Amino acid sequence: MDAIRIENLTKKYKDVVAVDNLSLSVRKGELFSLLGVNGAGKTTTIKMLSCLTQPTSGDAFLNGKSICKETTAVKSIIAVSPQETAVAPGLSVRENLELMCGVHGFSKDKQNAKIAELTERLGLESVSKKKAGNLSGGWQRRLSIAMALISEPEILFLDEPTLGLDVLARSDLWDIICSLKGKVTIILTTHYMEEAEALSDRIAIMKDGKLLICDTADKIKATAETDNFEQAFVRIVKGVAK
Amino acid sequence: MRMLTFANRNTKEILRDPLNLAFGLGFPLVLILLLSAIQANIPVELFEIQHLTPGITVFGLSFMTLFSATIIAKDRGSSLLQRLYTTPLTPTDFILGYTLPIIPIAVAQCVICYIVAIILGLNVTVHILYSVVCIIPVSILYIALGLLCGSVFTDKQVGGICGALLTNLSAWLSGIWFDLDLVGGVFKKIAYALPFVHAVDMERALLAGNFDGIFPHLWWVLGYAVTLLVLAVLLFLRQMKKQ
Repeated sequence: MDAIRIENLTKKYKDVVAVDNLSLSVRKGELFSLLGVNGAGKTTTIKMLSCLTQPTSGDAFLNGKSICKETTAVKSIIAVSPQETAVAPGLSVRENLELMCGVHGFSKDKQNAKIAELTERLGLESVSKKKAGNLSGGWQRRLSIAMALISEPEILFLDEPTLGLDVLARSDLWDIICSLKGKVTIILTTHYMEEAEALSDRIAIMKDGKLLICDTADKIKATAETDNFEQAFVRIVKGVAK
Repeated sequence: MRMLTFANRNTKEILRDPLNLAFGLGFPLVLILLLSAIQANIPVELFEIQHLTPGITVFGLSFMTLFSATIIAKDRGSSLLQRLYTTPLTPTDFILGYTLPIIPIAVAQCVICYIVAIILGLNVTVHILYSVVCIIPVSILYIALGLLCGSVFTDKQVGGICGALLTNLSAWLSGIWFDLDLVGGVFKKIAYALPFVHAVDMERALLAGNFDGIFPHLWWVLGYAVTLLVLAVLLFLRQMKKQ
């Protein structure tokens, strides 16, 4: 069953077409990656799917709910971890999680249970009393993902979650993302090819707002006639692949 | 409930910044103490404690503009707002969540200024209470100005515009530091076309128990407060839509 069905989605900013007639679908529980060079339209696509930006034309349905007509219903089933680390710097890790529980209207009991579950799942116990603004980039990203997960979303958008992290912090986050596979439908955007290849069930490659290919990493490599995924990406984006 | 959670977060962010406390509470107190010391040596009617304190309580609100503008601009810059826009929080929750927490801070600042003024010799009368109550519409005016700036400018720009420009504008055109009649002409006309001097005149009249004297200044304050708040809400919604 499809968690996301995108139909002819287009976003124009004056003369610039950021996303051009995009159509694709993502299955429930799938980890789906959006790849592309800067300006390919990945972030705009995520912004439209998460109801942050209205499409110029077309529509998308998240678990059957339209992003144009049912924004409140869509917002109740999604969560976003934006590209920049979106945490409240003056609050502790626990207070950040409490903030998200509060804005989702959780009861005190549910709040305590969710915070306990997520701090354990994401290994945040040791820093739960520390101010978020004083944490390293890696810890802030973990917190950012925990804040996104706290509302028990059916669909999770991770916009470049490992950008700027060191190898170890990135590996830790990969483990966390892998642990979510199958439970939550995840849309991931990334610049790291090995990340997309290792984590994703399927990958879509975009360029200039257009969808170039959408398939598994192996099939994309086969299409580009190479064993190296990064090379496959370059060939497809440059239009060299058949 | 959702709005209160968000408002609570904003209160914590503001009060946990030591610079906010230093400038928001410390600076107005330093001014009262310093100008009272000058007044003790070289008597100037303008700096008599019953004239000075209402002016300082209004001037101190410039920092409320800075607080509200900075927190919104920082939230926009860090994408925290983008995250919160995807939650069930409504535009009303955002506006109230940014506005309400600063009102008690503004009232507390005003109360502290009056406590220090009493220590320095201000007569304790019920008029002080009226002055404190009427600081609320003035604080809404200053907070709305902050909402407006925070919705348009980055946190760095906010530091310059609200921290320097607006603070000076509020100081020079409010009649706190010098009698506007001394300059007169266009300068005075500009000052009286803006809300700052009206807020000071209103507070001075309240403290003096001259209740007729609060008009038309109260209308100017309320008019500017409502206009700025509406404008701030529109600009906030515009940037929310632009996200």
